Amino acid sequence: MAFKSSGVNPKRFHRSQLKFYVFLIPFAIFMLLPIVFIFNHAFKPLDELYAFPPRFFVIKPTVENFENLFDLANTSGIPLSRYIFNSLLVTGAVVFLSVFISTLAGYVLSKKQFRGKNAIFEINNAALMFVPIAVMIPRYLTVSILGIEDTYFAHIFPLIAMPVGLFLIKQFIDQIPDTLIEAAVIDGASNFKIYWKIILPLIRPAVATAAILAFQLVWNDLETSTLFTTSENMRTLAFYMSTLAIETNVVVGQGMAAVAALIMFVPNLLLFIILQSKVMNTMSHSGLK
Amino acid sequence: MKKDNRTSYLFLLPYLSMFMLFIIVPVVMAIVLSFTNFNTIEMPDFVGFLNYINLLTQDEIFMQYVLPNTVLFALIVGPGGYVLSFVLAWSLAQLTAIPRTILALIFYSPSMTQGVAMAVVWKVIFSGNQSGYVNSLLMQIGFINEPLIWLQDTRFILLIMIVVALWSSMGVGFLAMLAGVLNVDETLYEAAAIDGIKNRFQELIYITIPSMKPQMLFGAVMAIVGTFSTGAIGVELTGSNPTPSYAGQLMVNHIEDYGFIRFEMGYAAALSVVLLLIIYLFSYVSKKLFSES
Repeated sequence: MAFKSSGVNPKRFHRSQLKFYVFLIPFAIFMLLPIVFIFNHAFKPLDELYAFPPRFFVIKPTVENFENLFDLANTSGIPLSRYIFNSLLVTGAVVFLSVFISTLAGYVLSKKQFRGKNAIFEINNAALMFVPIAVMIPRYLTVSILGIEDTYFAHIFPLIAMPVGLFLIKQFIDQIPDTLIEAAVIDGASNFKIYWKIILPLIRPAVATAAILAFQLVWNDLETSTLFTTSENMRTLAFYMSTLAIETNVVVGQGMAAVAALIMFVPNLLLFIILQSKVMNTMSHSGLK
Repeated sequence: MKKDNRTSYLFLLPYLSMFMLFIIVPVVMAIVLSFTNFNTIEMPDFVGFLNYINLLTQDEIFMQYVLPNTVLFALIVGPGGYVLSFVLAWSLAQLTAIPRTILALIFYSPSMTQGVAMAVVWKVIFSGNQSGYVNSLLMQIGFINEPLIWLQDTRFILLIMIVVALWSSMGVGFLAMLAGVLNVDETLYEAAAIDGIKNRFQELIYITIPSMKPQMLFGAVMAIVGTFSTGAIGVELTGSNPTPSYAGQLMVNHIEDYGFIRFEMGYAAALSVVLLLIIYLFSYVSKKLFSES
């Protein structure tokens, strides 16, 4: 008898799936441990941070560590709210601008015919493998030549061209039927109107995906704060949180460090949970030929 | 038609200008600077291939530590993380929707912590005294008798870096491959069953992988980028650049060392070019493996 696969993406549970659970679940628990650890460590009171032997789970949760973190930032002269403000401003700007310019470019790269189109897309594909920290020095020099060092622009401009975002958006627009656009052209719609009224509403999943990738990039980014700014009050939350690493030798510092990690991680997690079905939808068009 | 062309370029302009400024220009600048001697104060002067010659003949630290570390790290974390992502993605695709989504979220979430905030937590876990979590655990089960200073011990730094990098390697590429497995045309499997495919493994080799090659390639490129982007992790874990006895020193740290600590920008640029070439080499190999043409 021919092999009858129970198939990919099954509708119902079947015994043959058990063997996958047998290794997926222990592995998932192992992967999850450090994250569960941050959540527990962040809420441990001082005596539990000191505890010997160390305990993994928190027993009497407290928000002491959160308070300590806020106090520490205040005593160092720059309130935590300043770093949070910087991070929110920079992240918001990068996510918005990056999605905006990538969708504009994605639309013409997918639906228009013009000279150099394929070359541009090919170069962008090659740039998928671009690793910013590999060329941190020329990037630093570019920023200082432009004269935007130590301004918000230094946080924003270097990050908004995201080859991955453009790539995913362009691939997604490819499957919008041309007839839809031709119909709009006959009705006399301008290019911008087509982009705004037809393309954007149809590519929401890709927009969500590009936005979430941009968010992860900026929110966690240290490059711009470390290299492109000089004054402390221009730096972002990610940078401030990373400086706490120095204090982890002190037990009190450990609790705060865990709080820091938690604050950095939770927004990423929530955003991804909210948008995950859109991300998966986009990813099915992510093939690179 | 002429006017249409103009709007096309206009739509492209914002993206292209940022792309040129912060991606193309830095790469070109790295190549140019790599042929000069530049200390950021005086004008750069042209020295030909001197930086590259020094790199190959004078820089003992590079040859002895940085290059082997980088290659080892990249070979384990790159292909290792990639294979792991694929195996997990493929296994998840064999499950029903709800458990699949939950498990996928768990595997993906470490990649969201890529930021340095997480390094802080690893420092606590691998803390060098007896109340460190790893030490305490290993001492309880009797594996070691006295605490090890994990993050300063030259024997373990690279290993810990690899573990941490692998842990966070299920990123965008993983999601793309999961979507890829899920989207393979089901009729192909039916046809294959008639043609005499005997088990899931044959299905995987003859149907799944060939029909999702584009996603495999995308996943590979993302794995490469992820690997080289996490290169700074050694300095974050050990808290110093250079890392103790250069045990966890990767190319990225070496560039930073020369560029921003010693201000030998020309030499650092040459290192950048070599790193870009290594990244390109990895991508080239994966293209050869998965390209459809």
